[in-house]
Amino acid sequence: MAEEVKTPAPPPPPQPQPAKTGPSGGPEGEQKPTAEKPAAAAPAAPAKPAAPAAKPAAPAKPAGPVPMPWTSPLVEKYKGQYGSGLDAQTYLGQNYLSVDRSLIPDILRLLRDEEQFDYCVDITAVHYPKREKQFDVVWILYSFPRNERVRVKTQIADGASLPSSVSIWPTANWLEREVYDMFGIQFDGHPDLKRILLPDGWKGYPLRKDYGILQQDKEWVQINLGIESGQ
Amino acid sequence: MSAPINERSNLDLETPEKPYLDSNELIINMGPQHPATHGVLRVILKLDGEKVLGTECVIGYLHRGVEKIAENRTYTMFNPYVDRMDYVAAVSNGLGYCEAVEKLLNTEAPPRAKYIRVILTELNRIASHQLWLGTHALDIGAMTPLFYTFRDREEILKIFEKYCGARLTTHAFRIGGCQYETYAGFEKDVKNFLTFFAPKIDEYEALLTGNRIWLERTKNVGVISGADAIALGVTGPVLRASGVKWDLRKAQPYAAYSEFDFEIPTGENGDTFDRYMVRMIEMRQSMRIIEQAVNGIPEGPIMGKVPKVIKPPVGEIYHSIEAPKGELGYFIVSDGSTQPYRVRVRPPSFVNLQALDVMVRGMLVADVVAVIGTLDIVLGEVDR
Repeated sequence: MAEEVKTPAPPPPPQPQPAKTGPSGGPEGEQKPTAEKPAAAAPAAPAKPAAPAAKPAAPAKPAGPVPMPWTSPLVEKYKGQYGSGLDAQTYLGQNYLSVDRSLIPDILRLLRDEEQFDYCVDITAVHYPKREKQFDVVWILYSFPRNERVRVKTQIADGASLPSSVSIWPTANWLEREVYDMFGIQFDGHPDLKRILLPDGWKGYPLRKDYGILQQDKEWVQINLGIESGQ
Repeated sequence: MSAPINERSNLDLETPEKPYLDSNELIINMGPQHPATHGVLRVILKLDGEKVLGTECVIGYLHRGVEKIAENRTYTMFNPYVDRMDYVAAVSNGLGYCEAVEKLLNTEAPPRAKYIRVILTELNRIASHQLWLGTHALDIGAMTPLFYTFRDREEILKIFEKYCGARLTTHAFRIGGCQYETYAGFEKDVKNFLTFFAPKIDEYEALLTGNRIWLERTKNVGVISGADAIALGVTGPVLRASGVKWDLRKAQPYAAYSEFDFEIPTGENGDTFDRYMVRMIEMRQSMRIIEQAVNGIPEGPIMGKVPKVIKPPVGEIYHSIEAPKGELGYFIVSDGSTQPYRVRVRPPSFVNLQALDVMVRGMLVADVVAVIGTLDIVLGEVDR
């Protein structure tokens, strides 16, 4: 407390604010009835210079930001080359390419070789069980020379496989193993595709939506841990 | 007295068909219960004598299914879970997650909250590096630094405890800002820490930097080139020690980092010693950032305008920050409900650990321990 007196300048701010923390719960409470409005209103303001063009059509729905077409020399080039198999969009300032499954090997390699996306940040997947092509597989790429990120997305059906990108980015090795471990997606040409986080004999793929949060491989637990499943 | 030797020895001194010394390769298991693996890492070593021919990491012993848990919690409820990934740098984890969700909501924390976030995150970076230094030196055989670093790390943890009541899994931030205003005397405590800690780094360096044993154990050990590091997706101090001047705080500034003046240290050889030096300089740079932040901390609210029930619009976002170990990223998919549809964590330790094999080939078994230490992995984050 004596410290406060010594430095009169800093302490005052803390003083009023602790008092504020009480009310600060209040304003939020007030917003509660219209909980969705701030979310919608906030996006509208910084909707990016590109947004106004689409805005007249959009404002009816307070759905917030929408993906916009992404135009750049890179996109022009590959659109010309691959046409409809490729769709480029930007959402909240982040660019992504939705690519047809058949173009994946070419696009990934070209992005590395010609566009300098030399760093594969992450590979992951998302499961949409109701869709015909159940999985979104996402490559998050970064380019050191361009200081730019891009995401490449493709859709594949359950049981379909993808070409491994270990030969393009060695870091894909473990990342693809994790996607296989969690979603059961096969990567052709991977040097050692096996489970990485779960035990080798595990049944099921936990990050699929039909795998419950409490569900586990009872058989594996009984055999290897010698206990009845704890769930 | 002794009996005359009248029998011929029948010792057969011909070279046996199989040499006595087996020169085959040897497979040795290290861990998961091994003090130098920093948790539950298991490494299978293929050896030729003491030389390492190859390694395979077996991980997952600490897998808790964090990403699955996220899909079954609301955005707010999942926030404390991220602290349990890299539990020695919980504040960084929380910052990355909160900023990612804020981005998904298309909002930002107010300036004062950003400054508080920077101060705490940088304090946590120092704490993380201190823990790394102490355990790394202990692995290599220097016991004293451990006591020094833990003694000094305590001062940072005390500030955390006074700020939010927790020392390790702090849960210091909320989506939209910070929950707590700084306590009376916070600035004073932080400034006191800076004056207290400046001579302590010199103390660490006096113990190690010129120490001949330390140099022998770290110079030219676990070398990785910049090109290899990029190909393997290595980030953080490990990448910078290989000469790649890249730090997300500068390359793609988040929070309030664009407002501060600081340097990014790099190494030249990409060996264990360079990684040590990079982290030592990083601690000093963190102190510089903290000093600027604590002196310029603006007035104002600490929570932005976020709804009480967080329901981001449909969409997906990737946001990453420079955690003490490297690029920590969150890829979040929203389906418009109160629970995230998918949360993917891009953990720096997991990706960096993959480089272990490249770094230890041709080295000795004892160097494996040094390289695991220098990678600065936390198994809670590797396995999630």
